[in-house]
Amino acid sequence: MGEAELSIILLSARVALVAILAALVPAFAVAWLLARKRFPGKGLLQALVTLPLVLPPVVTGYGLLVLFGAKGPLGRFFEQVFGLQFAFRWTGAALAAAVMAFPLLVRPIRLSLEAIDQGYAEAARTLGASRLTVFLTVTLPLALPGVIAGAVLGFAKALGEFGATITFVSNIPGETQTLSLAIYALLQTPSGDAAALRLILIAIAIALAAIVASEILARRLTREETR
Amino acid sequence: MSALEVDIRGRAGSFEIETAFSAGPGVTALFGPSGAGKSTLLKMIAGTARPRSGRIVVAGSTLYDSAAGIDLPPERRGVGFVFQEARLFPHLSVRRNLTYARWAGRRRGTRAFDEVVALLGIGDRLDSAPATLSGGERQRVAIGRALLADPALLLMDEPLSSLDKARRGEILPYLEAIRTEAGIPILYVSHETAEVAQLADTVVLVDKGRVAGVGPAAAMLARFSLAAGSDASEAATLIEGRVTGIDPAYHTAVVSLETGRLELTGNGFAEGMVVRLRVRAADVAIASAPHDGLSIRNQLPCTVGALHRDGAFAMVTLHLGEQRLIARITAKSADMLDLAPGREAYALLKAVSVEMARIERQTTGG
Repeated sequence: MGEAELSIILLSARVALVAILAALVPAFAVAWLLARKRFPGKGLLQALVTLPLVLPPVVTGYGLLVLFGAKGPLGRFFEQVFGLQFAFRWTGAALAAAVMAFPLLVRPIRLSLEAIDQGYAEAARTLGASRLTVFLTVTLPLALPGVIAGAVLGFAKALGEFGATITFVSNIPGETQTLSLAIYALLQTPSGDAAALRLILIAIAIALAAIVASEILARRLTREETR
Repeated sequence: MSALEVDIRGRAGSFEIETAFSAGPGVTALFGPSGAGKSTLLKMIAGTARPRSGRIVVAGSTLYDSAAGIDLPPERRGVGFVFQEARLFPHLSVRRNLTYARWAGRRRGTRAFDEVVALLGIGDRLDSAPATLSGGERQRVAIGRALLADPALLLMDEPLSSLDKARRGEILPYLEAIRTEAGIPILYVSHETAEVAQLADTVVLVDKGRVAGVGPAAAMLARFSLAAGSDASEAATLIEGRVTGIDPAYHTAVVSLETGRLELTGNGFAEGMVVRLRVRAADVAIASAPHDGLSIRNQLPCTVGALHRDGAFAMVTLHLGEQRLIARITAKSADMLDLAPGREAYALLKAVSVEMARIERQTTGG
């Protein structure tokens, strides 16, 4: 494996990891709202969350460009307040990956929250636990399998994201050129087939490893739960 | 000061709750048909459901008072709750479940962990997962978990209803132990006569969210057995007496009542004990005069009270001084014996048909 390939993999991993870590808390919050609360506009929120799943990725990428580009309202806000730039940066690639992975994070978390018997929380309250303590000691641990399933699914999606990323932050080697973009770029050049094949095999290996790791993790968690 | 004062109005499903009662120490049973609003009432006391108005006071501290704007959250009420299903936290071991109030609820807990564990016989399951416990064990752990939160009042919502008959028999002795050892008032919801007979000191009859009557367990159950709501073949009454003699040769005990003596079989009797006996109406026969030459040795003089006919059967109330028995006999027998209110008669009880429902250490007022 050459140095160029290694840096592509490390960049992809960093983009996907940052994307999932940043998306996890808001995804949990949205999942919790959808699972537990009734409020006006719930249907709208549900639709908004699902949107990246059904829109053409190019459209989502264009939307991000308009909102988070150098001249976009949110882009300017983050630049001025946090000094954070998205346009044509790896952070932008992470943002695109996070937005695309968001619905995949929300769904399993929401399902696992819905599966938790509310009676446990009621019992915990009568044992002296405040709402916050109940959340930390009962709700969160019981929802953990859903959180992990969502994180693994979202990570895989973030790793393979293509359309929104290339539209939003372009295909800049060393900055925004993740695994998928690199494979695409190599396939565009006449002599790139061999190099592309190596990256393709690496992509397959990473995907398999992620599946195996999540299986092991899930099994260990369920065993601890019933022990 | 009573242990619990409740005076609340609110909604439970399709009807209004409008309930006022107070309870002393010991076990108070909220007794009534399913769907009478008993469970909702418990939730309102625990703070997991909200009444519309009223007042709830436990051991002198006000938990809820709509007039004064007091509405403590459940975690600050100090009220323990044992639910129908045990609701043990599935991701925690039995030990972590038992100590939950201490590490998550920040209750200091004056009750010794080991004592509660020993009292409930769960010492060898401490490191197990709740999923591996039997139904009876789960319910025992749930009771222990509630006790270790050091509640000023323990609420129990049909804690035996999710168990089969054998398991109930397994749990009842533990509940009796809690009643005597825990020293906290218990409010116990049930629609099972047998459970109430065994555990309760006071019975609050609840029907459609309203209190239909309050009184000592024996008197209330006798009243309830006559009401149309209960299953006539299972109707039973409670009588109390003092053990005045033991015959080790025959394994029998003599229990003296106000108006006569009963010879009963069974272990666990000791002289001087006050015992509460559960007598099923179907096990009581009536004679117009005392008889010799019968295997039934228990013949109590009594006075016939109310007589309710129900098809081929008749429910006859028999007064033994202040206490009452109910006999379920055929309508034909009632006519042949010419039973009518005020008539003197003899109640015949087979020794083996009488269940000892409960033992008191000293004399009780109930």
